[in-house]
Amino acid sequence: MVVHDTEHAAHEPHHQSFITKYIFSQDHKMISKQYMVTGIIWAVIGGFFSVIFRLQLGFPDQTFPFLEDIFGHWAKGGRLDTEFYYALVTMHGTILVFFVLTAGLSGTFSNFLIPLQIGARDMASPFINMLSYWVFFIASVFMFSSLFLQTGPASGGWTIYPPLSALGDAMDGSKAGMDFWLTSIAFFIISVLLGGLNYITTVLNLRTKGMYMTRLPLTVWSFLFTAILGVLTFPVLLSAVVLLLFDRHLGTSFYLSDIVIGGKILPNEGGSPILFQHLFWFLGHPEVYIIALPAMGITSEVISTNARKPIFGYMAMVGSFFAIASLSFLVWAHHMFVTGMNPFLGSFFVLFTLLIAVPSSIKTFNWLTTLWRGNIRFTPAMLFAIGFVSLFISGGLTGIWLGNSALDFHLHDTYFVIAHFHLVMGVASMFGMFAGIYHWYPKMFGRMMNNTLAYLHFWISLVGAYFIFWPMHYEGLAGMPRRYYDFSNWESFKMFSGLNAFISVTAIIVFAAQFLFIFNFFYSMYKGRKLTERNKNPWHSCTMEWTTPIHPPHGNWTSEIPEVHRWPYDYGKDGRDFIAQTEPVGADETKH
Amino acid sequence: MNTFFLIAIVVLIFLVIFQISKASEYVSILKGEEKARKQSNKINGFLMIAFLIFGLIGVWWCNELFYPKTVLPYGSASSQGEKIDTMMWITIIITGVVFFITQILLFWFSFRYQESDKRKAYYFANNNKLELVWTGVPAITLTILVVFGLKYWFKFTADAPKNAQLIEITGHQFGWEIRYPGKDGILGRKNYKLTDPAKNNSLGVDWADAASHDDIHVPTTMHVVVNKPVKLVINSQDVVHDVGLPQFRLKMDAVPGTPTTIWFTPVVTTKEMAKRTGNPDFVYEIACDQMCGKGHFTMRGVIVVETEKEYREWMIKQRPEYLKAKQFITSVSADSSKTVALENQGH
Repeated sequence: MVVHDTEHAAHEPHHQSFITKYIFSQDHKMISKQYMVTGIIWAVIGGFFSVIFRLQLGFPDQTFPFLEDIFGHWAKGGRLDTEFYYALVTMHGTILVFFVLTAGLSGTFSNFLIPLQIGARDMASPFINMLSYWVFFIASVFMFSSLFLQTGPASGGWTIYPPLSALGDAMDGSKAGMDFWLTSIAFFIISVLLGGLNYITTVLNLRTKGMYMTRLPLTVWSFLFTAILGVLTFPVLLSAVVLLLFDRHLGTSFYLSDIVIGGKILPNEGGSPILFQHLFWFLGHPEVYIIALPAMGITSEVISTNARKPIFGYMAMVGSFFAIASLSFLVWAHHMFVTGMNPFLGSFFVLFTLLIAVPSSIKTFNWLTTLWRGNIRFTPAMLFAIGFVSLFISGGLTGIWLGNSALDFHLHDTYFVIAHFHLVMGVASMFGMFAGIYHWYPKMFGRMMNNTLAYLHFWISLVGAYFIFWPMHYEGLAGMPRRYYDFSNWESFKMFSGLNAFISVTAIIVFAAQFLFIFNFFYSMYKGRKLTERNKNPWHSCTMEWTTPIHPPHGNWTSEIPEVHRWPYDYGKDGRDFIAQTEPVGADETKH
Repeated sequence: MNTFFLIAIVVLIFLVIFQISKASEYVSILKGEEKARKQSNKINGFLMIAFLIFGLIGVWWCNELFYPKTVLPYGSASSQGEKIDTMMWITIIITGVVFFITQILLFWFSFRYQESDKRKAYYFANNNKLELVWTGVPAITLTILVVFGLKYWFKFTADAPKNAQLIEITGHQFGWEIRYPGKDGILGRKNYKLTDPAKNNSLGVDWADAASHDDIHVPTTMHVVVNKPVKLVINSQDVVHDVGLPQFRLKMDAVPGTPTTIWFTPVVTTKEMAKRTGNPDFVYEIACDQMCGKGHFTMRGVIVVETEKEYREWMIKQRPEYLKAKQFITSVSADSSKTVALENQGH
């Protein structure tokens, strides 16, 4: 256990310039806010794109002149160009998966909570932490600039399968847009590695006195596993990206063979497009857990705090994190059941995929038991955490369908898949992120957010999410393929046009409702009700971050870092509402 | 002007919401914060149970509306698909039961155990028996699903029966090409470097292979015989495509450089399915299910399932592609050692 010297505590006041305080800050709290604000900006862009392509899907026969005003030649006459439609779909996926739900979620909360909850003054290396954000920023700049290219941004789907992504002749988006995409993601991966190594080192080495691993809040456990997953899998994507760049520009044939495109016979022979899919999904599948685990951690913390009960089965929760993280390395090819893979190999991926349902159901039942006989306070964070559990159940169960290869023959690449992953890791993790923001906002900014707006935001989002994604299961059961621009010429799928319109309208309303949150977020920063010294732990939480001053300086605690004496979930013990982790165990206290 | 009004109305709605929300904060201070908090807690608790009830009604209603539009009510058009449907029903029942139990518990607990002054939260941190129950029960249930799933998976991916009809389907941006092996039951060898649509050889068939001389090439529409197994050899000329057959419940990728196969037995003719669905325009469609470029959504093929007699009548009218390409062949120049032997398996 590391005992800190107070050398860079806030005894000596930091006189920082604007640049070192807000821009090139090495304070984990400021870096966390930078991640969060960047994530919110990306979320607005990514969400806006989905609304635009939903307009096309919902109303394929109508024109919307305002689209031409915004997108110019990409929407001539108010109708989206097909190429641009695919660019929007691709960018929506890329932005939401990488920039919002990886950087925005894990980047924000790992940074903010790890040092505060384990009792550290900062990350193990504040400088590398700062680098991690700024490399992410470079990745963002590349991705954002690609939106303005003459030939448009990448448009082959966020999974960028070659040869489509490797050949400029295959699609406009595979020209310069794909180079920008690949460069951006390469930077992004470096950022994840810098961040992840820091998170792991910090959790392992900088815990305060008494903060044994078994006393870590579940949030920190989830960030630890997320970081490990990221560090072990993102480099594989980097190799895939580099090889793809070679295929694009150096004439190699890693992914290319036997191709005739646009009347040209290509010389490449002997490569395999399937190799890319293996490399991609070796990251791609753990990636969905990189997205989901932090949301699970936040949910566990928020549910326990607001049910005023300890989290049920703490060790089982940690164990299931471990099980999910380990199994997630062994399931990647379940995205590839219909690539003609060896059936014997496929059977292992079926087995491991369905096995993941076991730790997932342990988590779900533990959350339910935590609610049971609680004394539940519906703070906005609590509502979103309950919403997370509901969405996680709904989306998780359909994973059992898709993971079973025989069923996947029918459901693969249909709207069933869209419904599944949007519920289980898209919207659910978004809910986890909202829960986190509403819960820790007072710690971040020393002010409260407006509850009424938050309640409205929650109920519209929850109902909207189900309105949008639940009916998509039926479209998927009919075999309706994803990534189609227009279904009206298909005898098998055109009967869903009314439903598509309904989904699109709901999507627009839900997107608009997110501005309730965004307004609340920025408005409360300046006008929200201030925390008072008496009320500086507004949710009556046991964890350490609330023992810091209302506006923690760089270094977090103004005096010695407090010592930890118990686990973080002593809610309702011995008739007391809560006992902070820093409180010594009393002589007459019940042993559990 | 309309757009302007629309924007004005939206902005107005937002302003009203913001003002009300701000006002509610002041009201709560006036009323006493604790009291206001408890009141909103009650409202949210009530909304939880309301959401549960309306949600369950919604699930039922959604099913009423959309189940008839899925392909399930008409049965599957292939014998493989029938098994997939059976498995789907088993999975629906198992996951459905879990879905209803967990969602009901979640929202019921939220409502039932909302904050009350009369009750204290129950300190309940661990119980190994319970943990064992919800490790064991899902594990057993999933074993059942895995066993069923793998049984079918191995069946579907096993070799096609000897009497299967061999058909090759090749995807390209943006369409499907169908090739039949002709009387000899062998598909002629191909080499993508020989591809030349101007010389009537859009598939790159190696005419040096005599087996290719009776091969029949038709675009878009595939004819197959009802109740006779079909083995598809799937190719792609450019990017990854996917042969998606929703009514047959099957799909398989078309990968450039790596031929894939899939086999199935169609059991319902197109005419019969048109009757079942009550749609006179009904056709079995081949939908590309792998993003393949800007025309992805137009990449449509058709499968006609017909009786043996109808199939023969159709087939007899087809002419081998070799006859059209012959005029361009000056000498047998292709190096046959370099050509790719695809599938030499026939009847």
